[in-house]
Amino acid sequence: MAVKFAKTGDGTYTLDVTNYVCPHPQVYTKKALEKMASGDVLTLLFDNPSSGESIISMCESAGNVLLDKSEEGGGTFRWDIRKG
Amino acid sequence: MGKQSEAAVIDSTAVTDSWLGHKGALYAMIILGLVSIVSMLTLSLDLRFIYMLVYLWFGLVYGVFLQYGRFCMASAVRDLFAVKVPRMAVGVMIATALFSLTAAAVTVGGFSTFYPHPWGWHVIIGGAIFGFGIIFTGGCASGSLYKSGEGNVGSMLVVLAISVSQAAFVMAGGLMNRLVPSSWTASAAAKGMPEELTVTNGWFDQFMAGYIWDLKGITMAQWLGFENPVIGAFVGNALLGAILPTIAILLVLYLFFFRKAYLRRAKIAHPTSGDELRGLWAMLTSSKNTALAGLGLGIFAGLQMWATGALREHYQIFNFGELLEKMGYTNGLSIQGTVFDPGYWYITTQEAQWAGWALDQVGVNTMDTVFFGLENGIPNPLLNAPGLMSIGIILGAAVIALMRREFKWKLPNLETAVLAIVGGCLMGIGARIGMGCNVGAFFAAVTNGDMTGWAFLLGMTAGAFVGVKLFNWWIEWKLAREGDFAL
Repeated sequence: MAVKFAKTGDGTYTLDVTNYVCPHPQVYTKKALEKMASGDVLTLLFDNPSSGESIISMCESAGNVLLDKSEEGGGTFRWDIRKG
Repeated sequence: MGKQSEAAVIDSTAVTDSWLGHKGALYAMIILGLVSIVSMLTLSLDLRFIYMLVYLWFGLVYGVFLQYGRFCMASAVRDLFAVKVPRMAVGVMIATALFSLTAAAVTVGGFSTFYPHPWGWHVIIGGAIFGFGIIFTGGCASGSLYKSGEGNVGSMLVVLAISVSQAAFVMAGGLMNRLVPSSWTASAAAKGMPEELTVTNGWFDQFMAGYIWDLKGITMAQWLGFENPVIGAFVGNALLGAILPTIAILLVLYLFFFRKAYLRRAKIAHPTSGDELRGLWAMLTSSKNTALAGLGLGIFAGLQMWATGALREHYQIFNFGELLEKMGYTNGLSIQGTVFDPGYWYITTQEAQWAGWALDQVGVNTMDTVFFGLENGIPNPLLNAPGLMSIGIILGAAVIALMRREFKWKLPNLETAVLAIVGGCLMGIGARIGMGCNVGAFFAAVTNGDMTGWAFLLGMTAGAFVGVKLFNWWIEWKLAREGDFAL
């Protein structure tokens, strides 16, 4: 049940941090975005609601764009973030 | 994938479904229904149980606000250092400023249940140990309760660790006795405590009787010598003790964690003072959920003090132990006939009592300690009023998480389970040395004019800073070793 970070296509990545509590999801998201190029899109899966608030603020201050927020069902969130 | 437009964020959950009309909402209603029925049955046994139910229902309200605002004081300090996000620190400051005003009103009304904590280096040291621990558990003491309500089993482990570690810590003797300064032992022995407390045996007993009891606590109003109670409460305690420091901290947060990115986003090269004010406002309102939760918690924390204070006056008691005795429940009362009964939002002591009670049930003598035997008692968890507040927080958080489709059973893996237990134990020990957690030792303190709360926050921040460094080191080491991030 480790963190899963994978390249899924041209400029697209996924990061699965489900089952992790704060601060893991936000720290891993920050690290994943650091590895990506400007314009790349990260699909983030997480289930710790409070991490979402921190990730929104992180994106705002770093100039990354939250493209889509949706729910996988059963308390798991799927967010798409484009690196600014 | 591949949505490349700058389209506004689409929250598809809000579009497709309402809060009601799904299974989660049904479970939420069942929880609320059961708590209501149990409350009514309890009152039918004895109306005086209203005193205990006030704790339960305020806990429920706190749980709703905490989950709604993702209000966790651990992230206030942690996210600042870990990901440079001031969101939660701002939320805590909003709650602090507001609670200081409601607390002042309650103090003027004569219903305050607050007593200032004794000042000493233990406050900073306890805060630092607590602050270090919260980095690894994913939440502070109340954060772990609300996350338990979201179905997070790791957070339940944290609560368990906080509970057991505190009980073990306040009872520890043996080798721990060797760490006690002889001055503490002499001072503790001179207090003439009843023999059954064995006050010169055990580190924590001697810490309390030989050190803490020799210290003094004072509020800002008392320190400044304000004799008019209104000026003392509103100017001394609220304005000077809480609101001005809060504004100073907000300015620091703005300057170091928000301003640069705000000005860049707003494309402002040469900001005017108006731009700076708009920037400050943008920071205050950047997370509406958190700001609203801060407002709600500030108001309800004051209302709880008022409600409990009014009930104490109505029943002519100083402590719930007296009421329990009148109702015929004498098991688990301290030798003074008291139980832990702060009358305001507090988290850690009641959790220590759960473990103390459980140990007592299996034949361990926990009542030979100052903490349990003299001060707090070990009431049955069903009669532990602040304990019901903690349970209320879990249930309130579960209700709103279920309604918002955010409830999910989350089992920890080995890594998060170990971090939860080790971090939770440090939190428990830190809370006992610092005389409370971020709620009891910081939030409830600074808002009532007790400046030891700011010292606790200082220690907590320092501990969290070191904790974040260690946490980052751990993550880097793990990633390098396991190659999780290798593409």
